[in-house]
Amino acid sequence: MIYFADVAALTRKDLRVELRARDTLPAMLLFVLSTLVVFHFALPEGTGDDAAYGLLWVAIVFTALLGLARAWVPEQEHGVLDGLVLAPSDRSAIWLGKTLATLAFLVAAQVVALPAFVLFFAPLDATALAGVLLADIGICAVGSLMAAMAAASRSREVLLPLLVLPLAIPLIVGGVGAAISPEGGRYLLLLALYDGAFAVLSWASFEYVVTE
Amino acid sequence: MGLALILALIVAPEDADQGISQRIFYIHVPIALTAYFCFGLGAWKALLLLWRGDERNDLESYVAIHQGTIFGALTLITGSIWARASWGVWWTWSSNQLVLFLVLFLFYCAYFMLRFSLEEGARRARSSAVYALFGVVLIPISFLAIRLADDFIHPTVFVREGPQMTGTMFATFCLSWAAVTLLAYVLYRVELAGKRLDADLRELREVLQ
Amino acid sequence: MIRARDLEKRYGRRRVLAGVDIAVPARGFAVVTGPNGSGKTTLLRVLAGLAAPTRGILEVDADRAQLGYVGHEPLVYRELTALENLDLYGRLYRVPERRERIGMLLERFGLWEARNGRVSTYSRGMTQRLALCRALLHEPELILLDEPYSALDEEGTDLLDRELEILAGARTLVVATHDPQRLARLTTARIALA
Repeated sequence: MIYFADVAALTRKDLRVELRARDTLPAMLLFVLSTLVVFHFALPEGTGDDAAYGLLWVAIVFTALLGLARAWVPEQEHGVLDGLVLAPSDRSAIWLGKTLATLAFLVAAQVVALPAFVLFFAPLDATALAGVLLADIGICAVGSLMAAMAAASRSREVLLPLLVLPLAIPLIVGGVGAAISPEGGRYLLLLALYDGAFAVLSWASFEYVVTE
Repeated sequence: MGLALILALIVAPEDADQGISQRIFYIHVPIALTAYFCFGLGAWKALLLLWRGDERNDLESYVAIHQGTIFGALTLITGSIWARASWGVWWTWSSNQLVLFLVLFLFYCAYFMLRFSLEEGARRARSSAVYALFGVVLIPISFLAIRLADDFIHPTVFVREGPQMTGTMFATFCLSWAAVTLLAYVLYRVELAGKRLDADLRELREVLQ
Repeated sequence: MIRARDLEKRYGRRRVLAGVDIAVPARGFAVVTGPNGSGKTTLLRVLAGLAAPTRGILEVDADRAQLGYVGHEPLVYRELTALENLDLYGRLYRVPERRERIGMLLERFGLWEARNGRVSTYSRGMTQRLALCRALLHEPELILLDEPYSALDEEGTDLLDRELEILAGARTLVVATHDPQRLARLTTARIALA
């Protein structure tokens, strides 16, 4: 239980830092809304709803990447990550805390972006929304680990999307499938499988990427 | 060893009798299988590195993945030739195997980017190992995803009817598979030996200074 | 408390530490000296467990909960206040009677007035004092200090002198410094890096 107390303390700290600095969430919001407007001009008349769903997923993945790129910035200033790594709590709690905080930002951005999408383009049903949530969990779980790896590198801004995009392809398949296929349940199953497998792997491997 | 390799590669296609599109099958499929094998080997060595902390596994994992990526690129090239011969186009999104290899190719290119932008040392070894492990989990999940994606990307499923393999064809296939595996093994050993020699020389030079 | 034989740390080709032997008994006071770039910081990071040695034997009789570390950087969040930073670390270190302990430390290091100000508004000296509070928060058995005087103002220097006076003999300390004279009176062991 003390493990979850640590996770809660770390997540709450991230939310508080964001509330003070307002570095991440406004940027994500503005980005996703601008992208939707760009799509209106990128989609020729009469391309249909399916194309819009596809583009929605492009917007979601890139918005998540924008948030993930900033995920570890507070820890990089003043070497805080070393401080957290030194603390006696389980190091995977640092990963879980960051994953939950990033997930909160992404969901908050979507609370505005998805109604805007429905207003501008096409309706979303319950299956599509479940797909969005499951894919959010997957991309934040994998992404916060990858962002920690990229943060230690020379070319972190460039590296992160390169690391994450190939890993995000199954999420896009699942998300688009859940939105447009009549048998959306199969895609939700794929997303759940992805989340389970990669969350466990990320959870288990975080400790290895934060020490020298 | 080299002789057996050349012999197998030249003799093997002779048995094929149904034109170029059949012939490339003997090269394409063994190369693809070998690429999977190399990725698997790289992930296994990565697991050993994380588990036991033996630094030698880092180089072995890297070389295996390097070979896997070379064979993966060859799979894309031979697959593209096959697509040209069979369907008259250089690229087709309807071949799941090819699409999967494209995803994997991108993934493993990112692996090299990660390696080259981290400072040499234990952290690079471990981060690379973690990414290599993500690769072997990505393979089945991507495969599943691409199969599912067929539903909405190609609503009409067409079944490719391959002719039943005869005994000689199967033997040829096995022979060329063995040959490609052998080739991969030799390349793996050569690259590993080269890299180790390089490291030894560097150490020697440092000691002499 | 600390025993190390033939310690080596390399980053790829770069060898940062080589052939370091250390023996620091419990409640000893060791000073690490050496010119810039001789690996003082790396040695302290290795002792703290932030970096693993590439070769050699290292035994440290303190787990993470018993270890206090002051590094080059203060290891505190810029956007949080002193109180919030110490509260977070107090939770992670499971410090009993967290509030009282934090209040006492802030008082002792002259940060009580500034406790609700963000770290980003602090001077370098204040930030370094907060870093010291952070490292001592959980009353560690083993204390590793990397150039602790470097960012301190005159008042902070006196504070740290007084603090080390109290800690010496009660806890195990390893201090990296370019000014060993200052600590000569307390020192029981020397580690010279070349």
